Amino acid sequence: MSTAEFLGNKEYKYGFVTDIESDVIPRGLTEDTIHVISQKKNEPAWMLEFRLKAYRHWLTMTEPKHWPNLKYPTIDYQDIIYYSAPKQKPTLASLDEVDPELLKTFEKLGIPLTEQKQLAGVAVDAVFDSVSVATTYKEKLKKHGVIFCSFTEAIKDYPELIQKYLGSVVPTNDNFFAALNSAVFSDGSFCFIPKGVRCPMELSTYFRINNSESGQFERTLIVAEEGSHVSYLEGCTAPKFDKNQLHAAVVELIALDDAQIKYSTVQNWYAGDEEGRGGIYNFVTKRGKCAGRNSKISWTQVETGSAITWKYPSCILQGDNSIGEFYSVALTNHAQQADTGTKMIHLGKNTRSTIISKGIAAGRSNNSYRGLVKVMPKAENARNYTQCDSMLIGSSSGANTFPYIEVMNDSSSVEHEASTSKISEEQLFYLQQRGISSEDAVSLIINGFCKDVFLQLPMEFAVEATRLLGLKLEGSVG
Amino acid sequence: MLEIRNLHAAIDGNEILKGLDLTIKKGEVHAIMGPNGSGKSTLAKVLAGHPDYEVTAGEVLYEGRNLLDMAPDERAREGVFMAFQYPIEIPGVSNAQFLRLAYNEKQKHFGRDELDPLEFKDLLKERAKVVEMDASFMTRSVNEGFSGGEKKRNEILQMAVLEPKLAVLDETDSGLDIDALRVVAGGVNQLQGPENAIIVVTHYQRLLNYIVPDFVHVLANGRIVREGGKELALELEEKGYDWIVKADLQGSGAAAPAN
Amino acid sequence: MVTELAKPQNNYQSAFQSMRKAKPSVAWVELVRESAMDRFEVLGYPTVKDEEWKYTNLASAAKENFLPLAVRADLTVEDANRFSYPETAASHVVLVNGEFRPELSQTNDLGDVVVLDLFNATTDARYSKIVRDDLARSATYHDQGLTALNTAFLQSGLFVLIPKNVALKTPLQITYITDTGASSQMTLPRVLVVAEENSSAKLIESFVARGEQSYFTNSVVEVVLKDGARLQHVRLQREGRNAIHVGTTSAELGKGSSYNSTAINLGAKLARHDVSVVMDHEGSECWVDGLYVVGPDQHSDTHSLIDHKVPYCNSHQLYKGILDGNGRAVFNGKVFVREGAQKTDALQTNKNLLLSPQARVDTKPQLEIYADDVKCAHGAVGQLDQDELFYLQARGINPDLGKSLLTYGFAEEVIGKIEIESIRKELDEAVMNQLHARLEVQG
Repeated sequence: MSTAEFLGNKEYKYGFVTDIESDVIPRGLTEDTIHVISQKKNEPAWMLEFRLKAYRHWLTMTEPKHWPNLKYPTIDYQDIIYYSAPKQKPTLASLDEVDPELLKTFEKLGIPLTEQKQLAGVAVDAVFDSVSVATTYKEKLKKHGVIFCSFTEAIKDYPELIQKYLGSVVPTNDNFFAALNSAVFSDGSFCFIPKGVRCPMELSTYFRINNSESGQFERTLIVAEEGSHVSYLEGCTAPKFDKNQLHAAVVELIALDDAQIKYSTVQNWYAGDEEGRGGIYNFVTKRGKCAGRNSKISWTQVETGSAITWKYPSCILQGDNSIGEFYSVALTNHAQQADTGTKMIHLGKNTRSTIISKGIAAGRSNNSYRGLVKVMPKAENARNYTQCDSMLIGSSSGANTFPYIEVMNDSSSVEHEASTSKISEEQLFYLQQRGISSEDAVSLIINGFCKDVFLQLPMEFAVEATRLLGLKLEGSVG
Repeated sequence: MLEIRNLHAAIDGNEILKGLDLTIKKGEVHAIMGPNGSGKSTLAKVLAGHPDYEVTAGEVLYEGRNLLDMAPDERAREGVFMAFQYPIEIPGVSNAQFLRLAYNEKQKHFGRDELDPLEFKDLLKERAKVVEMDASFMTRSVNEGFSGGEKKRNEILQMAVLEPKLAVLDETDSGLDIDALRVVAGGVNQLQGPENAIIVVTHYQRLLNYIVPDFVHVLANGRIVREGGKELALELEEKGYDWIVKADLQGSGAAAPAN
Repeated sequence: MVTELAKPQNNYQSAFQSMRKAKPSVAWVELVRESAMDRFEVLGYPTVKDEEWKYTNLASAAKENFLPLAVRADLTVEDANRFSYPETAASHVVLVNGEFRPELSQTNDLGDVVVLDLFNATTDARYSKIVRDDLARSATYHDQGLTALNTAFLQSGLFVLIPKNVALKTPLQITYITDTGASSQMTLPRVLVVAEENSSAKLIESFVARGEQSYFTNSVVEVVLKDGARLQHVRLQREGRNAIHVGTTSAELGKGSSYNSTAINLGAKLARHDVSVVMDHEGSECWVDGLYVVGPDQHSDTHSLIDHKVPYCNSHQLYKGILDGNGRAVFNGKVFVREGAQKTDALQTNKNLLLSPQARVDTKPQLEIYADDVKCAHGAVGQLDQDELFYLQARGINPDLGKSLLTYGFAEEVIGKIEIESIRKELDEAVMNQLHARLEVQG
């Protein structure tokens, strides 16, 4: 069986559509659209101002099409629906009032929301198209002073925090997609961990795109005060549509003195079919600021979905002795394209960063690592270690590394290592000679290849990631 | 157990094996010797089903079944084990993880219970004694950073875990010092019994001091040109291969044994 | 705000027209020059908006309006000989301001190797076919403004032919002397080297200047290795401290050929070297090594491209940089392994040593791989190893000396590869001198 044949057999199991009545605004984007979104969400004037400012800036910007190693047709931004929400009561007294169709949807995705079935140890904010439909364990978290709620609620209930931190890491004019998101974002999650608190459970947001015409523009903001710790997980899926949908999210993390944020993503948006029809265009800006001394931000991502991935979770290492980490597995198959990596900006003294990137390209896909390590003049004794390994499966895929290393301080040291390899026939034969089938052999080798990254994931996610890679790659060799 | 008839095999269009016949019964130890390039390693790889080698004629029956029809992993599960001349490194995959998977695949194949990591650890600990291997090797990646001797010991450990019916040792002695050779050979001997058979592929007689063969076959130019008992190996050690190869060329195959 | 009239291209256009009048040629050469000029008019100077020129800014050079030099410089044989090495005393070919000067050259040791004015070779019945086949092919002017400008101004230059099966014993040295007299002049040396089947040779290129005036060297060297040819190529860039140097070396490798190049960059206030090796035939191998030593107020940029188009080719690359004062260096190494180029072995290493807090380096060791098998890249920026320094100190060597010793050792990995002793010695001294100057400044 050829690679293509075998991979073609694997179904995307999250590809179903939920039949639910939605509140949808007409497609297209003008200042009016932004007024409508803001009104629908009952937002204060400052929020509308923030959006309009971003929108006006966005109009002056052009889509970054020349530098990423990505090819896709021009996106018509007037042909997208910028707000789509399931119709439901404006405020819900309890989770049990959530539309049963929605509860069923999330249950099918493995994210039960009802009190009886909630995942132990993980608080979930479930986002469906443009809005958050439910957040679990809110009360329990509140007892510890931890705020975990939808962005809409946060704007209403914690305006001073939002005003202080929103856009402080990713300014509205940062880049084309961030500006677009800042103008039209509809919901997302807000987490606030007060001084000295270790968040008692994992926080998690599950994103689901359901409407074939709508884009998803969500916003995540996590603030970890002095000495606090939090681990946050993010998962994403979407139904199978022949059309491409746009997902342009912004994530901002702020870590104050001695605080630690661990952010993990398993991204499994619909990737399109074998011919490259459909799938999500995933243009995401994620950035964390280690604002305080000894703070630490760690990004771990397992990127397996989306037709196109454009994503560079980054760390601004401002506080002295702060630490930034980026662990990534990006897998592309069929016609998928990924241009992903990170930026580590060293500003403070003794700042350290580690980048471990594992790219796997199968089918006709193209997988690029693009990363910037920048050491500014005052970042004395800054250290970076980067390792980018690529693995090619089959002979029609491409793996690229584009590292940008800019060093302006002589006491710093930066090391970049990259390798490209393939699963060798010899390795496969060796495993087969020991009685392991070729599918298991591939999955074993890939898991070994990705081990350094999987070790960083919380347990449940690591299992999920391993399974996901196995599923996506079964039979891709031989 | 194994019957090879008129086996021809080629790599990249070059014929290496040119009509090889060999019969192996349960409980026997066979040594395949011969000069470099005679086709010894090719035979081992063809038996294991290496994809680079193409069988152009002949047949191989393993326990009455056509071995050549079986995929490499199926052969392995059915009990054909090859100890590689150059064991392969698999970064990031621990030895224990790898061995348990291989072991359980075989268990599954025969409808037997699979072992969980703890049960398997006990088994592994016990089998590791056969090759005097330290427990730390189990958590290290398969063959990565192993010395030549450690790699070969690891091969025999795998053999001890998988308990093959037919083991093919491809130049297992190459690159081993005398102590490692003793350990490896000792391991092989412990695993030898009336129900299984071993093929030792080697260039030198040295290994055969430790693993005593019942039969010695000399391979030259893709065919077996002489057969005998263990004393033949000693004779080869003394006189080299030239005289046999020459005799074969002169007698144009007359030296091939009547079977 | 640049008005139409002040556009530097217009000045180049009139210089181009008078050059054509003075040096008319056959139809195909005229066509090449004209289309190259057209391209330059479209492309102009590269700007920092161009990804390939992101870290090197030629804006002020473009503004200064360096014009192709029209005046001939007076030099004596003695002047020229000062630039040769003992090993090349009788195999020294001299270009002054881009013009081949046979009367200043020494060719007794060159045997069967042909050295000719490139412009004349285009119309020489014996060589015109070879020149026409190989000129302006690998150094494409379609997307490189400065290469286009160089091509447009083809009026002299050098053609080197190492005939089939010839093994040249003596290294062949090409010295590019710039002697402009006035400032704001541009020289445009153009060289085509063809190494025929199974030939072998050592080639040294040396860029030097008389005087400290500001000038712009825009050189293009094409190297064609036919099947089985072997070439060792040493490139020494020791331009004047006020010079701008933009050089292009493009090599094409035939079946089973071997190209071993070492580029040393020491001079110029702003230097850029684009080196590309195209491997379009199986079984070829290349080493593309280099060293840049960048001192105060210097900027050195190396862009390399190793293009594996077919299977079974190997490439090795080692570039090292030493940066001092507010010196700035850029390294951009691209290894391209095209679809179908299986069994490729490519290794790329770039290491940088920063000796001063004001120094800055931007490095991008990138891989673009569309075929499988193993290759790797390594880029590093750092300072001297403290353990090594301590070890030297413990043996009684003072830290300053220890530092320069280790720095020298760092450079030696590249310099040591050059097989011509007197060049090695000269470079060792040059590096040591540069380091000692620094140590004294630091007191």
